[in-house]
Amino acid sequence: MKLKGKVFKYGANVDTDVIIPARYLNVSDPEELAAHCMEDIDADFTSKMQPGDIIMGTTNFGCGSSREHAPLAIKTAGVSCVVAKSFARIFMRNAINIGLPLLECEEAVEKTDAGDILEIELATGTIVNSTKNLTFHAKPYPEFMLELVSVGGLVEYTRRKIEARGK
Amino acid sequence: MTLAEKILAAHCGRDRVTPGEFISARVDVVLSNDITAPIAIREFKKIGVKKVFDPAKVIMLSDHFAPNKDIHSAEQAKILRDFARKQGIVYFELGQMGIEHVLLPEQGLVVPGDVIIGADSHTCTYGAVGAFATGMGSTDIASAMATGEIWMKVPPTIKFVFHGKANKWVSGKDFILYTIGDIGVDGALYSAMEFTGPAIDKLSMDGRFTMANMAIEAGAKAGLFRVDKKTEAYLQNRAKRPYTVYEPDEAAEYARVVEYDAASIEPQVAFPHLPSNTKPISQVGDVKIDQAVIGSCTNGRIEDLSIAAEILQWQRINENVRCIIIPGTQEVYLEALRRGYIESFIRAGAVVSTPTCGPCLGGHMGVLAEGERSISTTNRNFVGRMGSTGSEVYLSNPAIAAASAILGHIGSPDEIIN
Repeated sequence: MKLKGKVFKYGANVDTDVIIPARYLNVSDPEELAAHCMEDIDADFTSKMQPGDIIMGTTNFGCGSSREHAPLAIKTAGVSCVVAKSFARIFMRNAINIGLPLLECEEAVEKTDAGDILEIELATGTIVNSTKNLTFHAKPYPEFMLELVSVGGLVEYTRRKIEARGK
Repeated sequence: MTLAEKILAAHCGRDRVTPGEFISARVDVVLSNDITAPIAIREFKKIGVKKVFDPAKVIMLSDHFAPNKDIHSAEQAKILRDFARKQGIVYFELGQMGIEHVLLPEQGLVVPGDVIIGADSHTCTYGAVGAFATGMGSTDIASAMATGEIWMKVPPTIKFVFHGKANKWVSGKDFILYTIGDIGVDGALYSAMEFTGPAIDKLSMDGRFTMANMAIEAGAKAGLFRVDKKTEAYLQNRAKRPYTVYEPDEAAEYARVVEYDAASIEPQVAFPHLPSNTKPISQVGDVKIDQAVIGSCTNGRIEDLSIAAEILQWQRINENVRCIIIPGTQEVYLEALRRGYIESFIRAGAVVSTPTCGPCLGGHMGVLAEGERSISTTNRNFVGRMGSTGSEVYLSNPAIAAASAILGHIGSPDEIIN
């Protein structure tokens, strides 16, 4: 799968409270959550972004609460991928489980500016910054996580596991 | 193997596990709440199984926006309640409920040696009883409710040794804030934290719950304590199940060993907007406050209220401060009532609320306006955490929060007593 979009870049420790503030957690509808995506760190995010655009953070992206509402809001808003130097672990699990692609790549984060266009090949982890004409290689997913991603997330993975047991 | 590795090995039927490998672990408790359960239930239904794997091991309760703060939250709570009743799982209704991470240990539902997963990041609290407990998202909970198993990457363990003796007004909260201030909010990313040493041996169970609770604030997967006489005494007459005590091997391999001298640790205050942004109380300076919150899954236990009562008794809350005190469970509330704390709080001019997560996440019961500041015994001080993005949260222990409520600025109980 090839992804292409404009980069919205933020700093370190982008927490789940700024990705989707708790005042909106009294609903679980993905579309309603998406309407408030990134609201407390970038108030106009949803009006500025186009489907396919890419969020970039530095270290510990998605730290804080376990709320799956955070990756769900990002995915439903139309963000194609989040690239960071590192991710908080619950956010990483949640994103993988629901099929929001994440890539860890220090070099890409260091050499990319807000507004640059990235082209990403998920299977290989290749990131091309077409604005600056640079190519980066993200850390590959571990085999198990790749399997999870390739079947479309944890729900489908679990369904298949249960089906296999029944046979 | 470390304590975390021992527990995980036992839960995947192996003699040995090593950090970095992927395992499928059996779970003893699967928890979710009014924010995370509705999504977990939606995903559970997509998996296509009719019943949860074991109703006695699945726990749900509403605590974040409880009692229902608005129509939307009432609808979320109803999804959870209807599912819980239909499935016959463990469910706590308003009146029996409490803040999940105060309630479950108190009710003896989490025991040593367990693997516990919860769709709440502070699930790591149960590490205080020698369990491997970790927060996950709703889809993970859905999968575990269906299968009784969860995928996990075995974490490396970082050992934290606290030598010496704690100073006056220094509690588990200060140990953990000091640790996070030292290693940073991602200082233990993906790792298990194991807390040990003479100062930990002396620490109360309530203090240990506070420390384990905030392991996530250092990015950790779990925060564990070894079972000792204090743990056994706590579990006596509480534990609802027999349990296995695991001990780390003498030759266990730790990713890192960090040593602190408890005697050099002052009460800590985490400044906005990260729990790692800590200063010792002597270096806080003049920080005026509008609100003081004492409670939450971090500091809503009886020892926390007892410290607050000791300071607030016969005093008056500063006229510029709203002081909100929230016992973590009905049992904590009743015990505080019996001991006369509640009367002391009310006479001092504080408000006392039924158990709820409420203000900690800016839900209700103490939301901040722009430009306002709160000292709080909760666990996070991110931008907008307690309300307006233009408000500020300072994290501390209950003694500092209570003293600050009287002083009108962040300060130590010594300032009042002197």
